[in-house]
Amino acid sequence: MNSSSTPARAQAPDDAALGPAIWLILCLIAALVATIATAASRDALFQFEGYIFIAAFVLGSFGLLAVITRGGFPGQPDKYMDGVIKAGAIATLFWGAAGMLTGVVIAAQLAFPRIFYLPDAGFLNFGRLRPLHTSAVIFAFGGNALIATSFYVVQRTCRARLFGGLLPWIVFWGYQLFIVTAALGYLAGVTRSQEYAEPEWMSTLWLVIVWVAYLLVFLGTIWKRQEPHIYVANWFYLAFIVTIAILVLINNAEVPVSLLDHRSYPLWAGVQSALVQWWYGHNAVGFFLTAGFLAMMYYFIPKRAERPIYSYRLSIVHFWALIFIYIWAGPHHLHYTALPQWAQTLGMTFSVMLWMPSWGGMINGLMTLSGAWDRLRTDPVIRMLVVSLAFYGMSTFEGPVMSIRTVNSLSHYTDWTIGHVHSGALGWVGFVTFGSLYCMVPWLWKKKGLYSNALVEWHFWIATTGILLYITSMWVSGIMEGLMWREYTPQGFLAYSFAETVSARHVENVVRLAGGLMYLSGLLIMIYNLWRTIRAPSTEREAVPAVAPIPAAAE
Amino acid sequence: MTYETVASAVQQGGAVYFALLFAAVLVYAFWPKNREKFEKAARAALDAEE
Amino acid sequence: MAGSSWAAHGRLERHSLLLLIAIIVVVSIGGLIEIVPLFYLENTIEPVRGMRPYTPLELEGRDIYIREGCYLCHSQMIRPLRDEVERYGHYSLAAESMYDHPFQWGSERQGPDLARVGGKYSDGWHRDHLADPRSVVPESVMPPYRFLAEKDLDYHDVAQKMRTLRTVGVPYTDDMIANAVTDLRDQDNAFAGGAGLHARYGRNVNVRNFAGDPERITEMDALIAYLQMLGTLVDFSTYKADAPANQR
Repeated sequence: MNSSSTPARAQAPDDAALGPAIWLILCLIAALVATIATAASRDALFQFEGYIFIAAFVLGSFGLLAVITRGGFPGQPDKYMDGVIKAGAIATLFWGAAGMLTGVVIAAQLAFPRIFYLPDAGFLNFGRLRPLHTSAVIFAFGGNALIATSFYVVQRTCRARLFGGLLPWIVFWGYQLFIVTAALGYLAGVTRSQEYAEPEWMSTLWLVIVWVAYLLVFLGTIWKRQEPHIYVANWFYLAFIVTIAILVLINNAEVPVSLLDHRSYPLWAGVQSALVQWWYGHNAVGFFLTAGFLAMMYYFIPKRAERPIYSYRLSIVHFWALIFIYIWAGPHHLHYTALPQWAQTLGMTFSVMLWMPSWGGMINGLMTLSGAWDRLRTDPVIRMLVVSLAFYGMSTFEGPVMSIRTVNSLSHYTDWTIGHVHSGALGWVGFVTFGSLYCMVPWLWKKKGLYSNALVEWHFWIATTGILLYITSMWVSGIMEGLMWREYTPQGFLAYSFAETVSARHVENVVRLAGGLMYLSGLLIMIYNLWRTIRAPSTEREAVPAVAPIPAAAE
Repeated sequence: MTYETVASAVQQGGAVYFALLFAAVLVYAFWPKNREKFEKAARAALDAEE
Repeated sequence: MAGSSWAAHGRLERHSLLLLIAIIVVVSIGGLIEIVPLFYLENTIEPVRGMRPYTPLELEGRDIYIREGCYLCHSQMIRPLRDEVERYGHYSLAAESMYDHPFQWGSERQGPDLARVGGKYSDGWHRDHLADPRSVVPESVMPPYRFLAEKDLDYHDVAQKMRTLRTVGVPYTDDMIANAVTDLRDQDNAFAGGAGLHARYGRNVNVRNFAGDPERITEMDALIAYLQMLGTLVDFSTYKADAPANQR
């Protein structure tokens, strides 16, 4: 690791191109537009969203004014831009806690409905909180983790500072605004009712603007790179950014009732609507929750283990096979529905094929540790990353099994699906994010290492136990209810009423709640640990350029 | 053009497209001349400074 | 020096743009191949008798169903499996959601399927059940929706909503849109007769006071009006499941 050579060449005309003053003007214009629209609207929910936008743009203007009075935004072309990544790491933890807490609350509502529903607070009903939970953990927790790590990885592997001057900060705060308008909107009753695509057209429009800026920052940094080859992690990030853009644009094709009304109706109806939605929904899993997090895997596992990836060739085959096959798998969400059968079969076939690239990627990550397996015992962060791959392998095996029509006829509509999602979300996405943050935080804040490895051990074991409780209870619950629905008496009548299948799941709902609470506790331990890490004395003085090496990668 | 012809054409076309694409990726990944480049890239990511 | 570094820079950009384009091509061709055939509408959706657009009151009720996130726990898609058909009724046809922007098929059954809930229970049962689900179904885990009965329905934009739906393909006529507010009020009025509604939307539109309070049109009225028509439109006496066009 030599320190002073990169990213040495000071070529920064682009960095200075868009100064804080221009951003201030844009922000003020946005505030004005939002104010006029809010004042002119007769729709209470539109006005509610309008107030959020106004508040955000006013706050943003003050922030930019503060930057200007402090003498502008320093370009510092010889340094990596790490401030925005630090902010992203903190936002990831914050939204993770918020989203998982919401998950615990709705699990409690299903387990103890007489206690956890408040008849006078309709905005805290399951139907309003559930999209808040899914969006907060997927888009707020996961999205911030992806943006922060992608900014970290693209700078290091390209040996170039982030492109665009203030633009990365605009992306960061713009994304937080998207999250807030979407999340508070759900509580108020603003939703499109398409799972994982619930934000209404105002929020989505804002997201599109932010996303274009994000793509620009990412591509611009790649264009500035000092390395001729684009490292494979960046391929995965790029596929994630571009494909999510395509998916969102098509699945959100809709006509607002008016430009001053929060409600919109999508172009597609019925069967087409269902297919487009699950094409989107499954690829949100494939490109948001898989491709993006695989990029983390391809950077942080080699980096932490201090060994190159097991097979770079395999990673290339992995990449293309994964993005190709994933895009077809969506119809397996629609087995036995009114979707034409050939489309269902196509979805099933590709879902089963998907097993191969998924496991190829897992093997590539795991084998990176070959020759250093002892690190599993000594380094709990490595263990977390490896277990995330184990859960990835498990859920990418379970997924193809569940996509087979006959299995799906039992599993569909049941808690089994929810268990499957959570083995991927808690085990894979959660753990690979935790592992990456445990690596990245000491590196970013220039610390010798984490405040406490023992606390990482606690986090690891509490969270792992929590996941196991969660997914096993949902397997039992899901398979039980699926079997009860189709159970017949010897006389040929349905054996159970629907209500009986609901009450039969009470114990599993309680166990699921316990598992979720444990997983949330693990995250809180992590937040404490990282907070103490950040507060610990730094290994170097402020004045040293950010490109100086960290001693032996925080170990 | 009916539903049946569209459906069968895209299914056969899709299979051919998939096979060609996969072959191209394999050729690219295992082309002997690329070997050195890939090994260098794998190591370069490790060497990046903090 | 400057020239050669620019040339090198150009090559670097070409690599990333090539990668970008390759990703777009791979991803979008896969998606297109799968989705496009479904847009040959007349072949995807079987011909049936009885489908009509939602009345203004049902449309507002549907928007409340969406607002409250009912779709998260209730499916509206009965699969052609023996137990489902016996429990819920005839399996769902593609035609039955042809005017649903977006579809409400759902993905999960914390509660039962609602595709054919219309007419199964009385308005009073729905009223009690929505206000306090455990008062009628002790095992239920459903949230209480008492507040719907206390909140007047905001329908100031209902005609505009119908106009928007027409632009995305729902066959609302000028007549329907012009009478949107009248029709909405008449449908919740047991004494209005509903002649105009029946002329515009067909004989089987439910006209009565859904939530019981004749003085007001609440969100509860709209939601129950929507629930009571779910799955009741298609005339299954004229539907031939064995016809070749229905065998996909």
